[in-house]
Amino acid sequence: MLKNYFKIAIAVLKRRKFFTFISLFGISFTLTIMMVLAAFIENVIGNDYPDRKRDRSLYITSMEERGKNAMSSGSPSFYFLNKYAATLKTPAKISICSNGGNSTNTYVNNKKIAINYKYTDANYWDILEYDFVEGKAFDAQQVKNGEHVAVISEGLKKEYFGDIPSVVGKYIEADNVQYRISGVVKNVPITTYMLYSDIYIPYTVSKIDYLNKDYQGGYIAILLAASKADLQKISNEYDDVMKRVPMENKDFDHMNCRAESYMRSFLNTGNEDSSGLTEALTAIGVFTLIVMLLPTINLININVTRIMERSSEIGVRKAFGASSKTLVYQFIVENLILTLLGGLIGIILSYIIIQIINSADLIPYFVIKMNLMVLLIALLICFVFGLFSGVYPAWRMSKLNVVTALKEQ
Amino acid sequence: MIRLQNIEKVYRTDTVETLALNSISLDIAKGEFLSIMGPSGCGKSTLLNIIGLLDIPTKGEIKIDEQKTDSLSDKQLANFRNKKLGFIFQSYHLINDLKVLDNVELPLLYRESSAKERKDLASEALGKVGLSNRVKHFPTQLSGGQKQRVAIARAIVGRPEIILADEPTGNLDSTMGNEVMDILLNLNKSDGTTIVMVTHDENMAKKTHRLVRLFDGSQVQ
Repeated sequence: MLKNYFKIAIAVLKRRKFFTFISLFGISFTLTIMMVLAAFIENVIGNDYPDRKRDRSLYITSMEERGKNAMSSGSPSFYFLNKYAATLKTPAKISICSNGGNSTNTYVNNKKIAINYKYTDANYWDILEYDFVEGKAFDAQQVKNGEHVAVISEGLKKEYFGDIPSVVGKYIEADNVQYRISGVVKNVPITTYMLYSDIYIPYTVSKIDYLNKDYQGGYIAILLAASKADLQKISNEYDDVMKRVPMENKDFDHMNCRAESYMRSFLNTGNEDSSGLTEALTAIGVFTLIVMLLPTINLININVTRIMERSSEIGVRKAFGASSKTLVYQFIVENLILTLLGGLIGIILSYIIIQIINSADLIPYFVIKMNLMVLLIALLICFVFGLFSGVYPAWRMSKLNVVTALKEQ
Repeated sequence: MIRLQNIEKVYRTDTVETLALNSISLDIAKGEFLSIMGPSGCGKSTLLNIIGLLDIPTKGEIKIDEQKTDSLSDKQLANFRNKKLGFIFQSYHLINDLKVLDNVELPLLYRESSAKERKDLASEALGKVGLSNRVKHFPTQLSGGQKQRVAIARAIVGRPEIILADEPTGNLDSTMGNEVMDILLNLNKSDGTTIVMVTHDENMAKKTHRLVRLFDGSQVQ
């Protein structure tokens, strides 16, 4: 039966080549957009380097202070996190680091290199699992002593030093300060923005006074639980602490600074009324709807026209024993074959586009990969697309009166 | 085998009501070859469609094998047509996108059968109409007579007890028409298939067991 449907579907595709081209172009183009988007999102969300323990971590990344006539939001300060988060009892480990928004320029052979830098503590290297290409991280003693040591990314190593085998022990200049390199780590894509950096240095060498007693000030905290089950305990303890935190000044009467999962903190807008997750999902949903709606309507239209050309076939099939349900099934299967064919073209197109995006290096250290998840999403999109654009025309077809259908030639 | 009682068919539009069939009662015996004749527009095809359960009468009752057909659901009707009835149309109604063999297999798709069974039965049916050498051709590569023979093979492949033929020789020249008629006569004689045929051709009608004439929707003979 399916073989017969397949034969018919292919024959119908061959019959009106222009229509087929328009249909396939619409489907594959739409699916390409969706697949590239899905691949992008999947890679952004799915990439767990270097925070491989993110399923048992909580992140404090933003703070919002509100009063009757004032509102202020941003990242918490080192002072705030050190005082209220680092003192928590329930986490197995706590790290405080700058939130990655710092950048400076450095010069090598008269060439300017823009670099991102990040202040961290020693726990940072225990909680996060950076892959060291060479050397090691700085330790707690070095942080305490305020030593000018640094861990740099592989990308910066290449850019700054060129292709040399080892740079551990060498010095790198950033912001007019010389740092001795203690280790080199594999690049973190910029999309993992909370942890991305070119150079990592102890927070104690920060030029900005990290002991400044403002509540806000460009730092984040990562709270690692001993097990997933402990996450709730940490959350509860932190919430209790937060309830007792005095307001920073008279302008504010309310403060919101949550310890959240990776995804929520990743999408955090700093606005306590919306999680960011909702907004992101709504945005993706609306975008998907718009991108899918027009080609779906177009495909429905083309399908209806094509069905009417096949009324004689429909009449014959009904006369020889096809029920309306069977015909609906046949047409949906045919349409799924068409959309899957379009999907296949879409996958090839997406692959090409992703290769172009990757080779153009539009997003630093971010490589989009077509993994199984992306392919499954693509398949699901094809299926939904095929189903939606096939159901209405199929239903109309099945309702055709046999006698009328057979009169048409 | 087929019993029609007071069949009436009225076509209604907003302003006009047309009586296409007026109180037709007809008994067709098992193994009978019946022809229906009459001028264009007299209701021959409408009657055949009603016998074939492709159309519903406005009034009256049809029984096939003592079974009333008016209460059957869409699925039951489809099943009934598939098992009991075979259709031959004046303009063949072959699916041009499918090869001859696939066209003939079509009725078998709607019943339990394996691909091999379908192929064997379709080849056998094509053998009966003398087209064993055309299985891989597409309908557009065949002559009118050959197309109608493919249509006959499709009608008989499921071994139905009744074949309904709507002017099967209408589009064919006399030689080809006779060939097709011979096949139908042979089917009726050797397999005992009940055949109801609409025709314009007196000569063809004379070869059948009984002739029914219609005029303006009424039975006149």
